[in-house]
Order: sequence, then C-alpha cells, then structure tokens
Amino acid sequence: MRDVIRVYKKNKLAVFGFFVISIIVILAVFADAISPYKYDEIDLMSFLQPPSFKHPFGTDSIGRDLMTRIIYGARTSLIVGFSVQIIAVGIGVPLGLLAGFYGGKADYWISRLVEVMTAFPGLLFAIFLMVWLGNGLINIIIALGVTSWVGICRVTRAKTLEIKGETFVEAVEALGASNSYILFKTILPNIIRPIIVMVGLGIPQAIFGEASLSFLGFGISDPMPSWGKMIQESLGYLQGYWYMGFFPTLSLAITVLCFNFVADGLRDALDPRMYGRRA
Amino acid sequence: MVGYIIRRILGLIIVILLASLITFFLMHAIPGGPFDELKMPLPAEVKAQILKKYGLDKPIWEQYLRYIWRALHGDFGVPFQSPTETVLSLIARVWPVTLQIGAITILLSFTIGILLGILSALRQNTWIDYLVTTLATLGTTVPNFVIAVWLMLIFSVTLRWIPTGGWGEPKHLILPVLAYFLAPTAVIARFVKVNFLEELRKDYVRTARAKGLPERTVIFKHVFRNALVPIITLLGPMVPDLATGSVFIEVTFRVPGLGKFFYTSAFNRDYPMIVAMILLIAVLWGITYLITDIVYALIDPRITFT
Repeated sequence: MRDVIRVYKKNKLAVFGFFVISIIVILAVFADAISPYKYDEIDLMSFLQPPSFKHPFGTDSIGRDLMTRIIYGARTSLIVGFSVQIIAVGIGVPLGLLAGFYGGKADYWISRLVEVMTAFPGLLFAIFLMVWLGNGLINIIIALGVTSWVGICRVTRAKTLEIKGETFVEAVEALGASNSYILFKTILPNIIRPIIVMVGLGIPQAIFGEASLSFLGFGISDPMPSWGKMIQESLGYLQGYWYMGFFPTLSLAITVLCFNFVADGLRDALDPRMYGRRA
Repeated sequence: MVGYIIRRILGLIIVILLASLITFFLMHAIPGGPFDELKMPLPAEVKAQILKKYGLDKPIWEQYLRYIWRALHGDFGVPFQSPTETVLSLIARVWPVTLQIGAITILLSFTIGILLGILSALRQNTWIDYLVTTLATLGTTVPNFVIAVWLMLIFSVTLRWIPTGGWGEPKHLILPVLAYFLAPTAVIARFVKVNFLEELRKDYVRTARAKGLPERTVIFKHVFRNALVPIITLLGPMVPDLATGSVFIEVTFRVPGLGKFFYTSAFNRDYPMIVAMILLIAVLWGITYLITDIVYALIDPRITFT
C-alpha cells in the first residue's frame, strides 16, 4: 500500500487530478449549503444575465443561476459516474470469473455475448436503451451500466486465466480447496488491482456518457441539472450569450480530464504492466 | 486460411443475428404500438385489419423471421418520419453527407497526424512534442461536442468567420471536420511518435549511421518505411467510426447526415429506422474486425490462424 501511494505521488498530474476531484466532490456533497440559489429557482426578471457579482456564471433563459446549476450538475455527474461502475463491476466481474475459471461452454457463450456488445459501438446502444426505458437518473445509470461492463469482464477473464495457471493456485487446489474458495480467496484478491484500474478509467467514461445522453435529450429530466443538458440548451444562445456554453463545457472537460489523470496514476501505481488502455 | 475466413464469416453472421434479435425484441417490448396512440380510437375491425396488413397479429417470433427474410431481400420497411420513402432510400440519401465529412477527416488526420508524430519524435521535448502530447490528451478524453462548442465560441461567436451550423456550402464542412479530427489526429501522432522512436533505437539504424549515410537518408529511406507500416492497423477501426458519423457533431452543427437521422429516429421512436441503422453499424464493425484480422495476418506471417 505504501508503495502504491509513493508511485502515485510521483505522477504530478495524478496528484493534481486527485486534488481537483476532491474539490468537486466537496462541492457536490455540500451543494445545498454552498450554492447561492436553488437549482430550480426561476427568476424571470433576470433571465440571460451575463456573469456578475450576483450571478458569477450568469443566468439561463428562464433566469436560473448557472453557477448553482453547475454545482448541482457535478452531483449528477458523480452519482452517475460511480453508480454505473458499481453496475459494471457487478455484471463484469462475475461473468469474467465464470468465463475464465470454468472455461468451456460458459466461456464460449460469455465471449459471444461480449462480442455482441462490442458490435454496438459507443453510445448507440445506450441511446436505444434510453428510448426504451425513458428519461431519468435511474434509467441513465441502468442504460450506461448495462453497456459498460464489457471491458471489466474482458480484463477479469484474461487475468483469471493468467492466475489460474500459477503454481500457487495449483497448490491450493491440491490441498483440496473448493472451487468457491479458490475463486474468492485465491484468484479474486490477485485480480483486484486491474479491476480497480478499469473502474478508474470507467468513471470518466460514464460521466461522459451521461453528459452525451443528456446532451441529446435522452438523459436527466428537468428540473434536475446536468452539464450535458446545459450544453445542449446553450447551443441556441451561443451567439451573444457565450457564458451559457462556456462554463458547462469547461466543468465537464476539467472533470473528465482530472478523472483520467487519476486513472493514469492508479494504473502506474497498481498495475505497471497494463498497457493498451482505451482499446 | 480459407477455413479460418469461413469460420470468421460464420461467427460474424451469428453475432449480427444476435444483435438483430436483441434490437427487434427490445423494440417490441417497448410499451405502446404504432397504432394505439391515436387521439380517435379506431374501430376494432379496422385496427385488426391494419395489424393484419403489417403482420402485427402474428406471434413475435414469426414477425422476427419475416423481418429477417425481408431484410435479406433489401427491404427494411418504411420510416415513420418519411412514409413516402423506404428505409433504404432514406439511408442512401443521408449517408453521403456523413461519408463526405468522414473522408475529409480521415485524409486530414492521417497527413497531419503522421507529420506531427514524426516531428515530435525527431524533436523530442520541444514545444511541438508538448503540443502533440497536450492535444492527444485533450482529443482522447474531452467529449467531441465540448470541442464543438469551443470551436463555435472561437470561430463563430468571437471571430465571426464561419457560421455556427448548416449544410450545403463548403464552409459548413470546416467546423465539423475540425471537431472530428482532433481525436484521430492525436491518436495517430502519438502512435507514429512511439513507433518512430522505437525504430530509431534499432540496430539497422546504427549500422546505417555507422557506414556514414547522411541523416536524411537514414530517416527517409530506412526508418520511415518501417515505422509507417503499422499505421495501416489504425486505419481499420477508424473507417466504420467516421463512416457512421458522430451523432453529437451532426446535431451540434445541424448536419443532415446519418448521425442526425439516428438521433431524430430515436427521438421519434422510428423503429424501422433504428433497427436498420443499428444493423448497418453492427455489420460495418463486424466486417472491419474481420478485414483487420486478415490484413494483420497477411502483413505479419508470425500470426497463425487458429
């Protein structure tokens, strides 16, 4: 563990990313106390106001304070980012363990399923699922979770296969350990690091996914704020009201970048041999 | 080799059938059918007649088999959003728009990406190297619609050079291509740089230099060729990606291409269009994976078919 922290600290960008994300998490958690207005507070007397002391990031077309909505948008992004990864781990790790450990028919069908999932590139399948499920926070988490376990499953399967061949697993087997003991007590602790790295890479992707879905109008429903939705709303106003598009895009870019920095640092610290990210 | 290709094609067909099966059944699991949301309720006989006409009274597995049968004959049905056309003719109409942007993007990103990659390999740790690294990080992590909005803020709002969107004139191509091209260019530049540096460290380069060849000859006649061959492998996945377009970029810049139509189809629940497009994309990707694997094997004789 000490080693992990030491290697992580060597990566300056990763430390910076961790620092920024901590601030974002604090903003998101204490949004009610920090933000100057309510996120759904409509003030028709002061719509489309440019940034000022009263409204640091300006107001939108129905007079909602943009800074407040960006702070609450961070909450939406973080909830989606983490929840989606919980689902992805919940589906990907058991399937990967099954395929890697038992092989044979289980492996064949799980691999076919993975292939089918990769036949739908990017977010198209998630969009399709959103059409089916309807808008809303929970549905976004489901749609993104169901479409983003493939990477974790692949890594789990590959690592399980690798570890299964090691002598210490054979030794445990020879001692007469049950399959479940080998799976959970021998193999799982040895593949937990690459899984953590995959989760680190998956969080910014899920945040990106939520913003994209909301941007297209298949995401968070009003009045809940989401950066993607704010960017989409700003498109018609960019001419003349630059701040409406500038602040949400900046928040989204900084958040996604910093999560990626952290993921890079985690990878260097936890699993130096893992290359080929974003494959 | 032939056996391997046949096996791969069979595998591809199974994957595409499974994909179509999933989309078809999900589509039918969505509550509400095309004929029961009318304001005026239809008489029961009329409704039965319509359902019969479209084969919707049959059990779902029979509907699926009929759909596949018709699809194999090139009939994907009629899009709800434009009932005077067929799904196929609508796709044929809007696809060239996306292909145009995709082709320009591929061309530009390969020339500029290779150039930047070589420059940053030869001038390591200079501003150009840092620029490439920064662009690569931005291009691969920041969503492309964020980049699109930034481009609009710079070129349309601040400088007022280019309109924010639209289609029909050459100037409308500039911003979508720019928004697109950052990510692939960055990937190519990074890839070329790594390959170039690796080649430069090899023994044959030392030999060439030792026998007194000018540096230019060493770089262009020897290193160049060996370092650039692997780039072919990058082209593979980029083709279907750019050929199907980005929903986000086309929506942002109001480009009437395939991505935009996927968006309107999803929004209007135009099921025949959605299923046809998802199948099209799945087929394109499947074929690309297949071709890439075969080309890999042809280039590198060490890869065996199993």
